[in-house]
Amino acid sequence: MTTTQKIESLRHTISVLVENKAGVLARIAGLFSARGYNIDALSVGTTEDPQVSRMTIVVRGDERVLEQVCKQLNKLIDVIKVMDYVGTPHLERDLVLIKVAADKNTRSELIQICDIFRAKIVDVAADSVIIEMTGDNEKIEAMIKMLRPFGIKEVCRTGIVAMARGAKGISIQELERV
Amino acid sequence: MKKLKKVEIHELSGAQIIVECLVREGVSQIFGIPGGALLPTFDALYDSPVKVVLTRHEQGAAHMADGYARATGKVGVCIATSGPGATNLVTGLATANMDSIPVVAITGQVATHLIGNDAFQEADATGVMRPVTKHNFMVKDVQDLPRVLREAFYIARSGRPGPVHVDVPVDVQRAKLKFDWVENVSIRSYKPKISGHPLQIQRAVELIDKSEKPLLYVGGGAILSGARDEIVALSEKAEIPVVHTLMANGAFPFDHPNYVGIMGMHGRFSSNIATQNCDLLISCGARFDDRVTGSVKTFARNAKKIHIDVDPANIGKTVNVDVPVVGDLKTVLAKIAEMVKFRKHQTWRKQIQDWENKHPFVVKPVKGVLQPQYLIQRIHKLTKGEAVVSTGVGQHQMWAMQWYPAKNPRRFLTSGGLGTMGYGFPAALGATFGVNDRPVICIDGDGSFQMTMTELGTAVQEKKKVILVIINNFFLGMVRQWQELFYKQRFSYSNLSQNKDENAKKVHPDLKKLSYIPDFVKIFDSYGLKGVRIYKNEEVDGAIKKALESEKTFLIEAMISPGEKVFPMVPAGGSLDETIVDMA
Repeated sequence: MTTTQKIESLRHTISVLVENKAGVLARIAGLFSARGYNIDALSVGTTEDPQVSRMTIVVRGDERVLEQVCKQLNKLIDVIKVMDYVGTPHLERDLVLIKVAADKNTRSELIQICDIFRAKIVDVAADSVIIEMTGDNEKIEAMIKMLRPFGIKEVCRTGIVAMARGAKGISIQELERV
Repeated sequence: MKKLKKVEIHELSGAQIIVECLVREGVSQIFGIPGGALLPTFDALYDSPVKVVLTRHEQGAAHMADGYARATGKVGVCIATSGPGATNLVTGLATANMDSIPVVAITGQVATHLIGNDAFQEADATGVMRPVTKHNFMVKDVQDLPRVLREAFYIARSGRPGPVHVDVPVDVQRAKLKFDWVENVSIRSYKPKISGHPLQIQRAVELIDKSEKPLLYVGGGAILSGARDEIVALSEKAEIPVVHTLMANGAFPFDHPNYVGIMGMHGRFSSNIATQNCDLLISCGARFDDRVTGSVKTFARNAKKIHIDVDPANIGKTVNVDVPVVGDLKTVLAKIAEMVKFRKHQTWRKQIQDWENKHPFVVKPVKGVLQPQYLIQRIHKLTKGEAVVSTGVGQHQMWAMQWYPAKNPRRFLTSGGLGTMGYGFPAALGATFGVNDRPVICIDGDGSFQMTMTELGTAVQEKKKVILVIINNFFLGMVRQWQELFYKQRFSYSNLSQNKDENAKKVHPDLKKLSYIPDFVKIFDSYGLKGVRIYKNEEVDGAIKKALESEKTFLIEAMISPGEKVFPMVPAGGSLDETIVDMA
């Protein structure tokens, strides 16, 4: 757990509610590049309100950098709300598809690993399988490490999505009331 | 959310809607150039109440809109066609963006079905403009046009103002719509904070009441917010001396007893030392720019800091503050001024006066040569500090800042943030459309002026008068100054003439024997304008009087030694404590 905490102090997960308009993604990506912030992961999708998109951004930096990131995001006209999850109990999930070399000798071992990680084999070919798994960053890293000796052919991740546990969060209904 | 109140009128084309919206926003003139993708809009402008000032280059149009906005406080509007028209606006909008100036830029775009096809004169204008504007829009449906234009003006002038760009494809300009004027604007994702948090205001008041050596540090936000009276009120009630940045020249009256002066890299000795020694720094619409703070680590290191700014992102960006107040400066300062106790700070003020006496900020005129400081001081004297003055960027800008303290806000127009050479002349020209009760003077450098001198044509066509003062040292003077001081006098490509660099190493070379590119007086002559060239302090007053009497744009070409430098000076990244007063 200690190593995790160390990483967490540098790595922040931010949720951003934005107007679902053309160019918003470019605006946010542009902000990060213009100000020299590095994006580790970025995912975008619509919310319960089709006019609003939710972005989850994973960014590294110290407290000062993160404060600026959040303030600069808030400054963008199309950004409705920003939330940094640091210090807030929350869930993070990433979905990954991994294509691994597999033949009849290794397939059963792969199935066992998938069981342990609660992953699914979603495609089987003569010399490979595709494994689908969700989890937080660590779990996925652990899975990839386990699979590496088998020969990973492709990895594709969606980027993290995050949500605060319980009452806290950034719902649109809450915004409408303001 | 508030319900939008709508007033209905008849069907209009997109182009007519643009014009109608401009009229309703109170825009009397726009600056720009027509082109293929703007023909419908220019046709609608042809017999409209909105006048078009036809500029010679789109950069000039953007600077004119900016200069007009700075001088009047209204939103300046510029217009350009697609592709090169739009890209030529970029420098002008970036200038406005860095200095938070409300400008709306409208560009034509190729027809919607051609976008992305590499069509003739197509450029991704919204993509190019995004990082240099406060916000921008592409209007793909005429239905959105009235709302977008309304929002554009609202965003440009509210909160921390800035340029907003609206890209309108040519087919959208042609499309028809039953036009509804959107009366009230409400953008759920954009709600600038105005009033300031009462608790933070209370904390600010407590710090001010306790302070023995308070200092008001005033920035460009004071002018944007119109907070002059409130700053004066606070400064008088609690007897707080005032230093200011380049952008705040005119925010506080220079003849007020509490006025200390300009601070920063080329600020007054007393201002900089006061900043380093105050126990409370009250930042009013300033953003702790690196040209102001010098070394951030040592900047006002013993002072508590109050930072009042309408933009929360400015607070804590470079300097940690003790009391942040997010809100409109005028509103917040009015409350603070009301709440603070009456105080006297005689000892502190005397100390600042002693620093001023130690290194007084005065010009010592020398006979037979022309000193730029003396020249500007005389312009100041003969216009009572009440002219509108614009500048380019470089040495002449710093001299203008030092020796033309403006009496009132919106009288000193300069590119502070971006430092755009070529800003001065078009900005002055833009200002003439909003100012007709006082002279408009552009103090420029020979390098800066050459970047946008094409707008002389606009000045003549519009019959506008700008007094252009070119301080000519045949060098990119500020570059030369740094090369002299920090690069062993290796004047690498900063010489704008065929004169040998050796001439630039002499203290007072014989300027009449040197050659200049171009002959500015002849350039003026070719536009049907007059000008004088002067070489000595003794010629200054006569030249200024001639310029003031002229009915047309007039040139004073002031030939100075390239060896003239801007002092005081804090070397880049140095501490304000290390302010170098002069070379001796």
